[in-house]
Amino acid sequence: MSKTLKVDYLARVEGEGGLLVRVKDDKIAEVKLKIFEPPRFFEALLRGRKYSEAPDITARICGICPVAYQITAVRALEGAFGIAVGEQIRALRRLIHLGEWIESHALHVYMLHAPDFLGYEDSIQMAKDYPDVVQRGLQLKKVGNEVVAAVGGREIHPINVRVGGFYRLPEGRELFPLVKRLEWAREAALETVRWVAAFPFPQFERDYTFVALRHPQEYPVNEGRIVSNKGLDISADRYDDHFVEEHVPYSNALQSALKEGGEYLVGPLARYNLNYNRLSGAAREAAQSAGLAGICRNPFKGIIVRAVETLYACDESLRIISNYKVPRMLHAAEVRPRANTGYACTEAPRGVLYHRYRIDDDGDIVDAKIVPPTAQNQKSIESDLREFVSRNLNQPEEKLVWQCEQTVRNYDPCISCATHLLKPSVVRE
Amino acid sequence: MADKPKPKLAVWKFGSCSGCQLALLDLEDELLDIVGVVDIAHFPEATRAAVNGPYDLSLVEGSITTPHDAERIQKVRRESKFLVAVGACATSGGIQALRNFRDVKELVSIVYATPEYISTLDKSTPVGEHVHVDYELRGCPINKKQLVEVISAFLHGRKPNTPPHSVCIECKQSGMPCIMVTQGVPCLGPVTHAGCGALCPSYNRGCYGCFGPMETPNAESLSRQWERLGVENKDIIRALRTFNAGAEAFRKESEARE
Ligand code: SF4
Ligand code: SF4
Repeated sequence: MSKTLKVDYLARVEGEGGLLVRVKDDKIAEVKLKIFEPPRFFEALLRGRKYSEAPDITARICGICPVAYQITAVRALEGAFGIAVGEQIRALRRLIHLGEWIESHALHVYMLHAPDFLGYEDSIQMAKDYPDVVQRGLQLKKVGNEVVAAVGGREIHPINVRVGGFYRLPEGRELFPLVKRLEWAREAALETVRWVAAFPFPQFERDYTFVALRHPQEYPVNEGRIVSNKGLDISADRYDDHFVEEHVPYSNALQSALKEGGEYLVGPLARYNLNYNRLSGAAREAAQSAGLAGICRNPFKGIIVRAVETLYACDESLRIISNYKVPRMLHAAEVRPRANTGYACTEAPRGVLYHRYRIDDDGDIVDAKIVPPTAQNQKSIESDLREFVSRNLNQPEEKLVWQCEQTVRNYDPCISCATHLLKPSVVRE
Repeated sequence: MADKPKPKLAVWKFGSCSGCQLALLDLEDELLDIVGVVDIAHFPEATRAAVNGPYDLSLVEGSITTPHDAERIQKVRRESKFLVAVGACATSGGIQALRNFRDVKELVSIVYATPEYISTLDKSTPVGEHVHVDYELRGCPINKKQLVEVISAFLHGRKPNTPPHSVCIECKQSGMPCIMVTQGVPCLGPVTHAGCGALCPSYNRGCYGCFGPMETPNAESLSRQWERLGVENKDIIRALRTFNAGAEAFRKESEARE
């Protein structure tokens, strides 16, 4: 049997891409995740900009996870300048980043991913049959946005994050109203875990190389060493020694690979598998009762992991707020630029995000490198598609196409982010 | 009463970060009400369903940066009765318009190993340079409350109320002392379009112009004021060249200072 499965414009992903799977004589001949989002040249445009502009400029790579970009940029630059920030600033950064997780996970779970499992084209159609469920998702997402706005000033491209700390530290009374909201949200997140755990999941597992950050005490959010389930354990400044961006002929795209072991997977599934024991008790329990043990290799179940992480993010945000001291004496650290190179990795909602900046004595950026999660997951997405289609060749065409789309949406790929690394496909079918 | 067909809404993406269309999904309290009064006919970020045009209202995000997109925007225009450009990308070329001051070939070769594969235009231009735009909504990102205002004004056949004055007026309205006068913080507020509620000044931070130029801005006079505050010329140029670098008032003043 020969056929071509084609999706010209992938819906419910952030950005513009398409996919193509060609089957010839019952074998997969070709798999392409095509990205036609126009390149925006961020790394080149950062050259000659001041270090202090990096958080605001890199935020514009992606409207869905601007906080991850801002925090990674400031941490890399603080590394270059030898700045250590205090406990409260660290905690506030974790809080704003967790707010982004809640917002982004709720968006993905309810609006982009769940409709696939229930057979709807979108959450708006789903809302006709499940109004309360969609309402819950929207409100959960809203609480995440409220956390981001309380620390950062606004949800999309917050204005408060800067190298050395913040422009203004929020008063305790600005954060306390979030407590009630987050308490509601944690219940909603628990409901979410129960709801998605009952979805019909395809039987599908692969032996992934999971890559995520790991921190000695915490579930990783904005710091930690880069580890894998296959023995990798490095600090961010060693990233370039172990990871490469490859050019593969069939997709005309740069894709990340591990030098010692090819494709790998970043994101909620990887974080969960490598950090299960660092989750809050409630999040671990919820994962267990959802049928996830400490390990999950079914990418379709990423939706459960996102729900579990949302619960964790609510718990952890509540913990941070309850320990937050009104920072009367707290000032953002003084920044004295010097020529150096800085590196940082954080966990964006979709996985490991890497920034590297070389700075001169004036504090101007000489060279920048940014590797977003979607670039790193591309190879893995294509392998999932290859495996999934070859195991399900007998399915009716329309169903298979939809499932292929879903296989891509499992990753919640953010194509806008990836594009400054990716060449738009020039293949014309 | 017979059901009148709901107006068809389409959301389009060009070169952008998706932040402005996300602002629509961030209307958590209003979203289900909005879909009660308009039909979301085309919005790939949110739905795999797509209804054919023509569309009554098109929201266009992003700037035009490739030959393919320059053609696609013509098609979007033909299919749209009312077309609103949303965000700094669509109204001034966005952050990607920084390329307009550089040699694109050089940029391509910095980022991409095989420059031949890249098909891109020398300049990143706003939607309005390619087709007629019925309304422009400023911001990077847009303010979601203003987006609701634009949609409801459209539904009621009136002009949207998004004041063209500067961020300064918003500072005065909220009773904030001017940070440039009282603290000497360089601020683009006097030449920047209102819409954010003077957000940055309320965080002790000078406005960096993410809403683009206000109506009739005096960028020259403001940048002289920055000089008096001790800001170096190259930093003034950089400040004018961020998310609205391609907007005429900011571009002209930055070029005059080169
Ligand atoms: S204007 Fe800003 S927020 Fe809107 S799409 Fe462009 S970069 Fe993103
Ligand atoms: S103060 Fe200026 S930079 Fe800040 S949000 Fe408002 S328009 Fe944007």
